[in-house]
Amino acid sequence: MNATAESIRLNFTPTLQYVLRIGDTCLIHAQRLAEWCGHGPALEEDIALTNMALDLLGQARALLAHAAQLEGQGFDEDQLAFLRDEREYFNLTLVELPMRRSSAHSPGGDFADTVLRNFLLASWLKALWTQLSASTDSELAGIAGKAVKEARYHQQHAGDWVVRLGDGTAESAGRMRTALERAAPYTAECFLRDGIDSAAQASGLGPARDSLQAVWTSEVNAVLARAQLSWPGATPFVSTGTLGCHSEHMGFILAEMQSLQRQHPGGRW
Amino acid sequence: MSESATAQTEWPLWEVFVRAKAGLDHKHCGSLHAADAKMAIQLAREVYTRRQEGTSLWVVRSSDITASDPADKDMYFDPMADKVYRHPTFYVLPAAVDHM
Repeated sequence: MNATAESIRLNFTPTLQYVLRIGDTCLIHAQRLAEWCGHGPALEEDIALTNMALDLLGQARALLAHAAQLEGQGFDEDQLAFLRDEREYFNLTLVELPMRRSSAHSPGGDFADTVLRNFLLASWLKALWTQLSASTDSELAGIAGKAVKEARYHQQHAGDWVVRLGDGTAESAGRMRTALERAAPYTAECFLRDGIDSAAQASGLGPARDSLQAVWTSEVNAVLARAQLSWPGATPFVSTGTLGCHSEHMGFILAEMQSLQRQHPGGRW
Repeated sequence: MSESATAQTEWPLWEVFVRAKAGLDHKHCGSLHAADAKMAIQLAREVYTRRQEGTSLWVVRSSDITASDPADKDMYFDPMADKVYRHPTFYVLPAAVDHM
């Protein structure tokens, strides 16, 4: 067996971290959605969830490849995806939470969590890609221009499920309410503004997160109203994944994602 | 098919038709299960058009299609071959019509 791969060490800049926040959010969301592969409630929906995971993985790949170029040490997108330490991932905490099912180390998670999170994130990503397609970084603008079409579809597909289940049976509506209560506290992080956001906005690299909130809120509320659901009250909790401080679930995701590249560095198949 | 209590727990079957490009016909390409027409269109997109196969989709409930009975095959389709006058090539066209 080959030697175990060491973690890579990146030279961070605000620009790199801005791109990684988006790329890592797509990457970890794709990983969670991919857990449905072979477990969907119907063959057709199984294919749909896997297709969306692949769209997000494609977006993550493009962003991480671009991030590697910006970083400048000659790493590639695989090394960025699989060989960083936990504290050097900058995804939203929301995408780490259990999605398909609960287990000993990850309570919560079912199909209601899945469609709700997919809807909340697709709405967020759509708003982000829309603004990012005007980025002064032409490569980032190109990635966003392609991704916005995918996000629009994800939002429609997941949004239809939110309405179907929220306005469905007592059981499905109850599960949607629980899913909403679980997800809502983690959405505060989607609309924070810190120095990295402000720098990106000032340089024209991309929007600050707080500028996404108005369009996101109106689109999400419109679907929730059709689903007979209402947004739970705000909580003071703010998650910190975009700062590299993750939930207890992140380590398990990374262990699963990284084990092959760690054991077989540079492995391709 | 009768809609028994067990059948209703499964999504109904839909037939999917894809138009490859503008100007061509929609062609039948398969079937899938979906709860309603809207979901059927979305899932048809997932199952059949993720690799640039089409520009337009039709779906129709399989139960809405009336099909000929395979047992009627002889009666319906065989008699055509030996009646040459059923084919346009049997008739001699006036020269003026030419390339019809």
